[in-house]
Parts: sequence; C-alpha cells; structure tokens
Amino acid sequence: MKIVIIDYGAGNIQSIKFAIQRLGYDAVLSSDPIEIQTADKVIFPGVGEASSAMGKLRASGLDQVVPKLKQPVLGICLGMQLMCRSSEEGNTKGLGIFDVEVVRFSNKVKVPQIGWNEISSLKSSLFRAIGENEHIYLVHSFYAPLSTETIAESEYEMRYSAALGKDNFFGTQFHPEKSSEVGARILRNFLEM
Amino acid sequence: MLAKRIIPCLDIKNGRTVKGINFVDLRDAGDPVELAEIYSNEGADELVFLDISATEQRRKTLAHLVYQVAEKVNIPFTVGGGISSIEDVDILLQNGADKVSINSAAVKNPDLINDLVAKFGSQCIVVAIDAKQINGHWKVHLVGGKVPTELDLFEWAKEVEDRGAGEILFTSMDHDGTKDGFANTALKKLSTSLNIPIIASGGAGNKQHFVDSFTKGKADAALAASVFHFKEIGIRELKKELRQCGIPVRL
Repeated sequence: MKIVIIDYGAGNIQSIKFAIQRLGYDAVLSSDPIEIQTADKVIFPGVGEASSAMGKLRASGLDQVVPKLKQPVLGICLGMQLMCRSSEEGNTKGLGIFDVEVVRFSNKVKVPQIGWNEISSLKSSLFRAIGENEHIYLVHSFYAPLSTETIAESEYEMRYSAALGKDNFFGTQFHPEKSSEVGARILRNFLEM
Repeated sequence: MLAKRIIPCLDIKNGRTVKGINFVDLRDAGDPVELAEIYSNEGADELVFLDISATEQRRKTLAHLVYQVAEKVNIPFTVGGGISSIEDVDILLQNGADKVSINSAAVKNPDLINDLVAKFGSQCIVVAIDAKQINGHWKVHLVGGKVPTELDLFEWAKEVEDRGAGEILFTSMDHDGTKDGFANTALKKLSTSLNIPIIASGGAGNKQHFVDSFTKGKADAALAASVFHFKEIGIRELKKELRQCGIPVRL
C-alpha cells in the first residue's frame, strides 16, 4: 500500500510518519501531484496559521489537486480546516470539500483548547471499534461547527465537529498520531479502508 | 469535557535522564525513551523533557533524543531548556517535538515569543515562568530560580499571553521541592485572569496536592517530576483519585 503524506511546508509531519510506522506501514512525504494522485491513501496534515498554510498550498498548486482526489484522504487538524469552505483565521478561502465555515472559539473558554477531550456521536467507519466518549488529543483555536458532514462531535464552549466526512474525504480536528491507542486505531481504520 | 492533564517532567543531561529513578521494570534508568514509554503506558497525558546539559553537542544530542521519543511515543511532548532562537525551535519541531518551552530567552528578548508564534503557531509555544515571592510580591526569576528580575509574575504572564504564547508553565520556586502542595493562590490568579491554559508546577507531594491544584488553583494541567520518578505516586492511581473527586481526566 502506498501512503503519501502531503508535504507543503506546514505541519509536524514527522509524528504522523512515525505513527504510521508503528502500525506496520510506511509513508512517503511528497508534494508531487502525480505521486499524490497515485497513492492508495493520502494524509493532509497541517499546523500553524490558516492563511499562510493555504498560501503555501496554492503556491505548490496542490489546492487544485487535493479536492479532485478519488482515494481516501485524511486531513488532520489545520488540514481538516483547510478542506472546509472557509476559515475565519486570516479570512481564508479553503478547498471547499466540506461545506463548513471554520470559526474561532469565543473568549468564554480558554483559547487554544489544548488537551484531551471526548468524541461522541460517531458516524463513520473511521471510528470502527472506537467507543463513544473515548479521549483524543486536540490543540486548536478555531473549530468547525456541527453540520450534516459531522462524523464525530466534541464539546468545548458548545458541541462542535471533532471530525468531518464526505465521500472519500475525512478530516479530524484532533491529532490521531498523538491520541494514544485510540488515535492509533482511528489511523489504522483509515489506512485499512 | 476537556480533561485536566497530568504531566511528568524528565530532566535530561547529555541525552540521558537524570535524578534517581525507581522503576523496577526499567532496564536502563537513564534511557529517556524507555521512561517516556512507561509514563505513556501508565496514562500520562503529556510529557515534558527539560534539557539541562551545557555541552557544545547539546543541540545535536537533544534533536536525536527528540527523534527517538517521537518514534516511540504516541502522546504529545514538550521540549525545553536553553532554547533561544527560531533555529533551535525549528530543529526540535522537525524532529518530532509537539511543543517547545522557552524561559530565560523570552525574558531577555520578549519579541522572541512573537517571532516563534508567527513562524510556528501559538499551539506549539509554551512559555515557562519561574517565580518566587519577595516581600509578598511574586517576582520572575531566571536560571532555575537563582537570578531575580524586576518582572512581576502576573504582568509578565499577561504580556506572554498578549504576545501569542499558547500556554504558560508556571513553577513556584517557593514550592518546588517542598512536597507541600502547589502555589494555588497564585495559580488561581493566573488561571482566572488569563485566557490561555496554565500548567502548574512545583510542590507536588501527594495526590491531594494535585486535586487542590485543579479545584483551588484552577490549573488546566499539573506537572511533577520526583513523585513520579520515585513511584511515590502512580499516574493511574492518581487519575482515579482525581476522577473520584469529580475532576475530569482521561483514564
């Protein structure tokens, strides 16, 4: 199986690569459209600020490639947010895969949310063998509100999307690569789709 | 609900764990990777590695250690100690660290916080603040609490937040090593006046101290070293106790 992690200069890619290795697979980092298009599974990572990450993605031309992919694609953290229609962070236009507008938590709660929160209302094979209310690790200031594309919910200030799914596209606000055994299982579910 | 975090801290010198360590099942007490795995399996929510080495090789040795930890450990970890530039941070993050913690360098050059946040994002920049009370006023100290500054703890913490840090690791030098409980009054003031997470450090001696850091100190996370290293408190039993006290934890 060929697993490609999209390398566009925005993300802690090493941790994802290691997490995949711990599951007995290997992943390559690539920014080459052909390599990405011919992969069996594609992981779209991202940390940092939305508009600069989106700028890097556009500069590489990959903003045209990602939305047309046919194989399973997993966006992680900012990767998931960039797959949405837009983000309030830096007034960023996203890839529009998910019809969702990403917005910031209010100052009624501490921002960023850092740590382990629970996921519930699990609705996808991505969460096969995962129980309701298991903990996953998140670090984020912006969130995707609930929508018809929500496949997992979490609660911080209000209920929001911990994960989104549509056709072959999946996105997790949390970091499966840092979410202990639960995260490893979710990553395995994705790789074995 | 967002869980309160329990964070063991490992002191590192020349790529090896220092301080006495009391794990029967540990093959090599000085191997930080093995210790990190044990803590992770016991239910630690995060790990902090504090590098105290002072050799010319330190940067390379630390980067190598970070790489090895990231390879094995599936929970987040922070690396601190002597970090003073964008390059330092870049190397650590590229090798798989999730966050870095800066301390003295931020006091000497506060713009460093803004620069790091702009380049890497708030989510990976932790500012560590060591403070102790002088004539009833909390003053920021440097070099592990040895060198006092004129900075007021609460003013500095506010500035750190305004400059974009994602988290504050507050160590009370008055409490550190006493095993007499955390600095809950100061902690509460920090945690309720700021809008970023506060990690409590210094003073853990028993399970009740952790309970108090969350209920009285309003901390978002609590860090300790020796009580975990010497197995005086097991992480899993601690988290069970926290849950019994109504504190949300990941078990």
